[in-house]
Amino acid sequence: MVHKFDTLGVKCALDVCSGTVHILDDISFRMLDFFDEEGNFNLEEAKKADCADEKCMEAVEELKELKEKNQLFTKDIYKALVAHKEKKSVIKALCLHIAHDCNLRCRYCFAHGGEYMGKREIMSAEVGKKAIDFVIRESGARRNIEIDYFGGEPLMNFEVVKEITEYAKQEGEKHNKNFRFTITTNGLLLDDKKMEYINENMGNIVLSIDGRKEVHDKVRVRVDGSGSYDSIVDKFIKVAESRNQENYYVRGTFTRDNLDFSEDVMHLANLGFEQISVEPVVAQETEDYALRKEDLPRIFEEYDRLAERILEARKNGKWFNFFHYMIDLHESPCAYKMLSGCGAGHEYAAVTPSGDIYPCHQFVNDPKYKMGDVFEGRIDMDIRDIFVKSNIYTKEPCGDCWARFYCSGGCAANAISMNKDINKPYLLACEMEKKRVECAIAIKAREALDEE
Amino acid sequence: MKHVKTLNEANLVNSVENGGCGECQTSCQSACKTSCTVANQKCEKKGKRGR
Ligand code: SF4
Ligand code: SF4
Repeated sequence: MVHKFDTLGVKCALDVCSGTVHILDDISFRMLDFFDEEGNFNLEEAKKADCADEKCMEAVEELKELKEKNQLFTKDIYKALVAHKEKKSVIKALCLHIAHDCNLRCRYCFAHGGEYMGKREIMSAEVGKKAIDFVIRESGARRNIEIDYFGGEPLMNFEVVKEITEYAKQEGEKHNKNFRFTITTNGLLLDDKKMEYINENMGNIVLSIDGRKEVHDKVRVRVDGSGSYDSIVDKFIKVAESRNQENYYVRGTFTRDNLDFSEDVMHLANLGFEQISVEPVVAQETEDYALRKEDLPRIFEEYDRLAERILEARKNGKWFNFFHYMIDLHESPCAYKMLSGCGAGHEYAAVTPSGDIYPCHQFVNDPKYKMGDVFEGRIDMDIRDIFVKSNIYTKEPCGDCWARFYCSGGCAANAISMNKDINKPYLLACEMEKKRVECAIAIKAREALDEE
Repeated sequence: MKHVKTLNEANLVNSVENGGCGECQTSCQSACKTSCTVANQKCEKKGKRGR
C-alpha cells in the first residue's frame, strides 16, 4: 500500500509496509495514480489521461525501480507476527494511581476530579509494594519495567511515592530488573525538595499545563473555581531547566474552546519549554468543549499552521519538540512494537489505591474491566484476551488504513467508550492521528529539502 | 533519480528478524495518556538492530 499526500507544500509518498518515505515531484506524484495496489502500471489509463510522454515515462521507470528495491508497494507480511505477540506479551508497565484525589477540578478530567467515579482515596505503601512484587513476577524475562505515578494528583501522597520507589529500586536489584519511573503532576504541590527527589529518581516527568494563561485558567481550576496558571508556571520552567530541557514533557489538552491551539504550543515554546505535548481532549460529544466532526477542517488547518511555525522556529535556531510530530524515520520501532500498540491489558495495567488492577488508567472503576488485584496477584485471562487479541488486523478500518503502523490501532479505551467495541476505533481520533502523521513526515521532508 | 528523492533507507521488513525484544517503553506512558502513537517511541536497541 502506498499513501501519497501533499502537505506543507511537499508531495510525499509513504510506502506503508516498509516505512520508506519518498519526496515526489509533480510528475511522479501524478503518475502514481496509474499504479494499482500491487504496483502494476496501467499504460492504457495513462495514455487516456494524456500522461504518457517521455517525462511521465521516466517517472514511471523510477517508481518501478523503487518497487524492485522493496521501497514501494511492499506487501504486508506482518500478520504472522500477531501470534508471537499473543504468546510473548507480559505485563511490564504499571500506572499506579497514587491518589484518587486532586487539588484541581479540571473541567475535562476523565477522572472527574481525581475520583474516577469512586471515592476519594490514596494508595498505601503496602499496596504500592504489592504492585511492585506483582510486576516483577509478571514481567518474566523483561529487564526494563516502567512505573508511572499517576492520579488524581500523585504529589498529594508523595511520601508513599518515595517509599514505593525505594522499594522498587531495592527489589529491582535483587531480581535484575531496571525500573524506570515517570510522574505526572499539576504542579501545585511541587517544591524544591520534591523536585530534587524526582530529578534524582525519575526518568520522566509530565507537567500538566494547557498553554496560554486564559486557556489554562478557564479549565484547570481549583475547587473554588480560580485558575492555577500563576501558581505553577515558574515551577515548571524550573523543572525543565533543572533537567536540561530533556526527559520531561509539558502536557496540555486542547478543546473546542481553543481550536487555535498552535498559539498554546507557541506560548509554551516561548516560555522556553523544549518538550511539548498538546493533545486533543477526549470527551463525549454531549460536552460543550468536546471536539466534533465539523471541527476537523479547522483542526487540520491548525496542525498545518503548527508545523509551519515549528519549521520556522527551528530555522531561526529555536529548537523544540512537539510530541506528536516526533517521528524517527531511520530508527523507528520494530514491527512487533508497531503491532502491539499501547499494550493495555497485557503489557500495561493500572492499579488503583485499593490495589485493584485494570487494563489501563482509562478503565479504572469500570467493574466490567476489573482484572484482579495486587493481593491475589493474578489477572483475569478472559479480560486479558480481549486486549491481546485485538490488533490492526482485527480492527475494522485499520487493515486498510495507511497509518496503521504509526498508530497501531488507536486507543482501546476510546474505542470502547465511544463505540462500545475494542475493534471499532474512534474515528474522530483517527482523522487527527492521520493528519499528525502526515505533518510529522512532511516536516522531515521539508527539513531534508532545506538542507540541500 | 530525477523525479523522486527517497528520505530513508530504513525498512520495517528487516525489523521482523531482529526486533521483538519488548524492552522498549509502553507507548501511553511517555506523555499522552489518551492515545497510542508508537512511531515516536524509541527503540532500546538503537543502532544495533541493523535497519
Ligand atoms: S488511524 Fe484509525 S483506522 Fe488507522 S490504524 Fe489508527 S485506529 Fe486504525
Ligand atoms: S487504551 Fe488508550 S488510554 Fe489506555 S493505554 Fe492504550 S492508548 Fe493509552
